[in-house]
Amino acid sequence: MNLTLKVWRQQNAQSQGGFETYSVKDISSEMSFLEMFDVLNEQLIHEGKEPITFDHDCREGICGACSMHINGQAHGPWHETTTCQLHMRAFKDGDTIVVEPWRAAAFPVIKDLMVDRTSFDRIIQAGGYISVNTGNAQDANNLPIAKDKADESFAAATCIGCGACVASCKNASASLFLSAKVAHLALLPQGDAERKTRVLNMVDQMDKEGFGACTNTGACEAECPKGISIMNIRRLNAEYLRAGLSGSIAR
Amino acid sequence: MSLNSKIPAGELSQKWSLYKNNCKIVNPANKRSLEVIVIGTGLAGASAAAALGELGYKVKAFCFQDSPRRAHSIAAQGGINAAKNYQNDGDSVYRLFYDTIKGGDYRARESNVHRLAEVSANIIDQCVAQGVPFAREYGGMLSNRSFGGTQVQRTFYAAGQTGQQLLIGAYQALERQVALGNVTMYSRHEMLDIVKIDGKARGIIARNLITGKLERHFGHAVLICSGGYGNVFYLSTNAMGSNVTAAWKAHRQGAYFGNPCYTQIHPTCIPVSGDHQSKLTLMSESLRNDGRIWVPKKQNDNRKASEIPEDERDYYLERRYPAFGNLVPRDVASRAAKERCDAGYGVGTSKQAVYLDFAAAVIRYGTIECSKHGNHNPSADEVRKYGLAVVKEKYGNLFDMYAKITGEDPYEVPMRIYPAVHYTMGGLWVDYELMTTVEGLYCLGEANFSDHGANRLGASALMQGLADGYFVIPYTLGNYLADDIRTKAIPTDHPAFVAAEKEVEGRINQLMNIKGKQSVESIHKRLGLIMWNKCGMGRTAEGLKEAILEIQALKKEFWSDVFIPGTVEGMNNELDKAQRVADFIELGELMCKDALNREESCGGHFREESQTPDGEAQRNDEEFMYVAAWEYNSDSNWTLHKEELKYDVVKPSQRSYK
Repeated sequence: MNLTLKVWRQQNAQSQGGFETYSVKDISSEMSFLEMFDVLNEQLIHEGKEPITFDHDCREGICGACSMHINGQAHGPWHETTTCQLHMRAFKDGDTIVVEPWRAAAFPVIKDLMVDRTSFDRIIQAGGYISVNTGNAQDANNLPIAKDKADESFAAATCIGCGACVASCKNASASLFLSAKVAHLALLPQGDAERKTRVLNMVDQMDKEGFGACTNTGACEAECPKGISIMNIRRLNAEYLRAGLSGSIAR
Repeated sequence: MSLNSKIPAGELSQKWSLYKNNCKIVNPANKRSLEVIVIGTGLAGASAAAALGELGYKVKAFCFQDSPRRAHSIAAQGGINAAKNYQNDGDSVYRLFYDTIKGGDYRARESNVHRLAEVSANIIDQCVAQGVPFAREYGGMLSNRSFGGTQVQRTFYAAGQTGQQLLIGAYQALERQVALGNVTMYSRHEMLDIVKIDGKARGIIARNLITGKLERHFGHAVLICSGGYGNVFYLSTNAMGSNVTAAWKAHRQGAYFGNPCYTQIHPTCIPVSGDHQSKLTLMSESLRNDGRIWVPKKQNDNRKASEIPEDERDYYLERRYPAFGNLVPRDVASRAAKERCDAGYGVGTSKQAVYLDFAAAVIRYGTIECSKHGNHNPSADEVRKYGLAVVKEKYGNLFDMYAKITGEDPYEVPMRIYPAVHYTMGGLWVDYELMTTVEGLYCLGEANFSDHGANRLGASALMQGLADGYFVIPYTLGNYLADDIRTKAIPTDHPAFVAAEKEVEGRINQLMNIKGKQSVESIHKRLGLIMWNKCGMGRTAEGLKEAILEIQALKKEFWSDVFIPGTVEGMNNELDKAQRVADFIELGELMCKDALNREESCGGHFREESQTPDGEAQRNDEEFMYVAAWEYNSDSNWTLHKEELKYDVVKPSQRSYK
């Protein structure tokens, strides 16, 4: 199939960006979306031009690096699918596809479609862990955990930190990302000791990074490539309230 | 230089304890003034950086990705082994040790593998304490499954995303140390050289991939934890960015490269669909617990799978290896698939695939479920409905991934699979302490050669990465640094740093100034084809000699005709890639030379000249029971050093899974 692509190009964080139009020919429906971009980039290199910069690594939907906004949707049209797992079967001959980077103040553009998501790392640094040094652990089976709790915790822990939730939210809120981590750890007995300070510190950091507030539109859940449930945000709010009412304060 | 593996004296099962009792220790106040550089933040790097930060060392960690959480350990699916014997099925430290040595076709060091088995149980404890949500039974206890090459259930898992959960555990531990100020994280940085002063590794030159600027970093010791080099084949299950550059620079600075030709070709990957393909996707080995592998009994059979009756199917693994069946180790399963396809029994349009079929498992599980629901005379539809639900719970994410990539529904038709490059057992040679042949330069995880011999068993890579990082390096590094407490941080205007930076800068400028016509990607693809065809699943002396010449020619072409757009300043992914491919080309040549030297078949290394009458790998213990450690002299020129392997406890025998 032959396609027209309108792609956001921006030299660096300081410069003004804009859309460029490209056409690609003989794209196979078997290709992944990023392989179609590989074809375009090879074409640009042969024309002596700079290829389009974008984040990608594992290309199997798990590392969370890829991050394109495709035709107005984070990771494109397929439900619960990262850009690297989106295949060209989703498009038809003659289509025009618009590709933008994530748009959020807390994710500044580095170049073209690549953005800086280190704000997510700083949210984790604020408390997204259990403080246990190597060697402290007791035998793993000394701590039985009910299967439903373990499964629920696991479901939250499958977040890949790609940032689609932020990109999809009209407020650019990181609530789904943050809530997934809070839920993952709050659902486990190991996470109990730091439960209150964790949620307060992480929310505090989210605010400092310039992410917006959650207004429950549900766009994050709809676009999340891993199907992280918005119920985690409900849990986040409950945890936050519980910590606040108990008189705990952020450090 | 002769190789000293520094294996401690004493009985095998006591070596590690004795070592820990006797190794030197750095006191906490001194640790604060000792700096350690860690390259790579996968399971080995993140766990090492976190554990060393916890001890109080000043750690600088580097990764080329935008966040340490993206390292390719994240993609590991199946699980992690540990000798817990929670299933009461006869597992023990000794049995895990024995299986790993045997699985590696008697080409790994006994002492290292025994230590790995010893610390395996601590890893599970540590990960659970960190909040890693492993799969559990209804009683709240941890669940286990079996994996290829073993007869006990010792694999811990988190659905098909075990690597993700373990890496996030290590990542969180690492970020905690970042928050505490013990670790400084440098993401989007690539290590481009080791700086040596008085023969010791004392720092690195790294490139900030956003600004393009070169940086000098000092460390009392440097740890390479940069993963495997499967991307030398272009197509592999590795991430696009996975590369050999850090390890290769270390090699050029004097670190010997151990067993470079030992490559693991994983039997169950989604087959190649066309020339556009940029990578291959693994379907976890755990699928072989329930899937049966078959091809048609008739050559060039073009019927659909559903049209081929049961008695016209060849379940060739069950036929050839009745004791292990579909659970034979990876090297055996891969070769058997290649043998069938080469003989004309392959399926799918490319005929380079075999079926992995879940129909029998659906019926088996469905019958059990119906029985649980009190339905002892269920219809075929009822059985299928319940059976599908069980298969979905166990493997749902893998089936979904398969459907997205191929456009086929694996619940309806059998999966098509074919072997693909997955893991590299070779890597930088290290001694018992994980130190390379350069003093103060260590290598951990997949990047080193140490624990898997010629073939890695499933669910052992995660175990090794975390063992090295959490439980080995914190002891062995202290033993080295204890003698270095008087060394003050060396300023980075030292002539060695200046010279190293100049060298790196010169190489980058040389690449940018070639201004040829071919893209980096196109040359990488050609390298991959040479490697896959001549240094892949089956190798011959003739093919390897040809490959060496072809790679040397390709290298000339690369250095005279590659085109890198853009500039040295600012972000330039093509330049990053070009530097990696330049190193892959050099590595490819060494791999072929190593493969040529090893005139035997062992594990993942199959020399067609060396096979038994029934087509199994034929080892030659008389002549080749050694680690091939290659010393870099100059361009295309290496010296081979041999570390003889001594088996005091296990008696090497021809592997049999029949």
